[in-house]
Amino acid sequence: MTVKPISVFALVVGLGLGTQLVSAATGDDLIATYQGQGAGPFSAAAGARAWTTKHQPEGAGEQRSCVTCHGTDLTKPGKHATTGKPIEPLAVSASSERLTDPAKVEKWFGRNCRWTLGRDCTPQEKGDFVRYIQSL
Amino acid sequence: MSKAFIAAAGAALIALGASGFAWSEHDDDDHDRKGHREAKGLIARGDLAPVTNARYRAECGGCHFAYQPGLLPAASWAQVMGTLDNHFGDDATLDPALTAELLAYLEGNAADRNDRVRSRAFAARPIQGEGPPRITQTAYFQRKHDEVPARYVKDNPKVGSFGNCQACHRGADTGDFDEHQVNIPGVGRFED
Repeated sequence: MTVKPISVFALVVGLGLGTQLVSAATGDDLIATYQGQGAGPFSAAAGARAWTTKHQPEGAGEQRSCVTCHGTDLTKPGKHATTGKPIEPLAVSASSERLTDPAKVEKWFGRNCRWTLGRDCTPQEKGDFVRYIQSL
Repeated sequence: MSKAFIAAAGAALIALGASGFAWSEHDDDDHDRKGHREAKGLIARGDLAPVTNARYRAECGGCHFAYQPGLLPAASWAQVMGTLDNHFGDDATLDPALTAELLAYLEGNAADRNDRVRSRAFAARPIQGEGPPRITQTAYFQRKHDEVPARYVKDNPKVGSFGNCQACHRGADTGDFDEHQVNIPGVGRFED
């Protein structure tokens, strides 16, 4: 059987379109928000680097990073540095509700950036973290 | 056996049960140990009223065990919620409306404002130490944990802190702190 080139072309285009239509990933609305604040483009690699960068905020005994509570493998649970309470994995692939509630994301960026870095994260930093969390 | 006898025996049993229930309900903090024994035999009043406020569970339980309101007296909760900007070293500030809502829930169900035997015990004596009141600094908590060695808790990486209730009290989230369901990670059952 021969396949007409035109139908193969149509199939490829159709698949491509279909992929585009369903590829609005969890967290893309957050990315749009940060773009609206003048940031971007974002990269998972930059997020991964920032993830392990250590900071010494004022008053902290030991250096802190995202790893302190969330660990290095985001598909695994973390543990609160002070209370020992388990933290659900951050990766969307491991915890389906991650990045689905913008208010919750902003709340925890606010609290955790201040604890870890001693300041708020910039929209650029947040976007990179979101891309990193999406990528795992 | 006559029907009259069965009826009389049944009525006596029901009366016994009812009196036991009433007794344990009206037990007060000064008779905690006795009340606890009573509770085991008849009806489980040794537990704490579980957390019923979803926002409390989400906001406070996000970082630590969602401590039942019945673990601290109302005045202590007011102190805790009034100092969230320095919450045991962390900034746990919430917006004012939410802070007020959660405080109302905590105060309304506080240790000195509910009838559970174990809650009353937490409210019985002043809390030691400076800064915001700690549940672990209540006289009742200390008496109940004074035989637990540090290696089981602070030096145990799977526990880490006496504030991590559910690591050992497997029924903690439902308010069940009975020592028979204690299971310390890496150690096992513990009864003093």
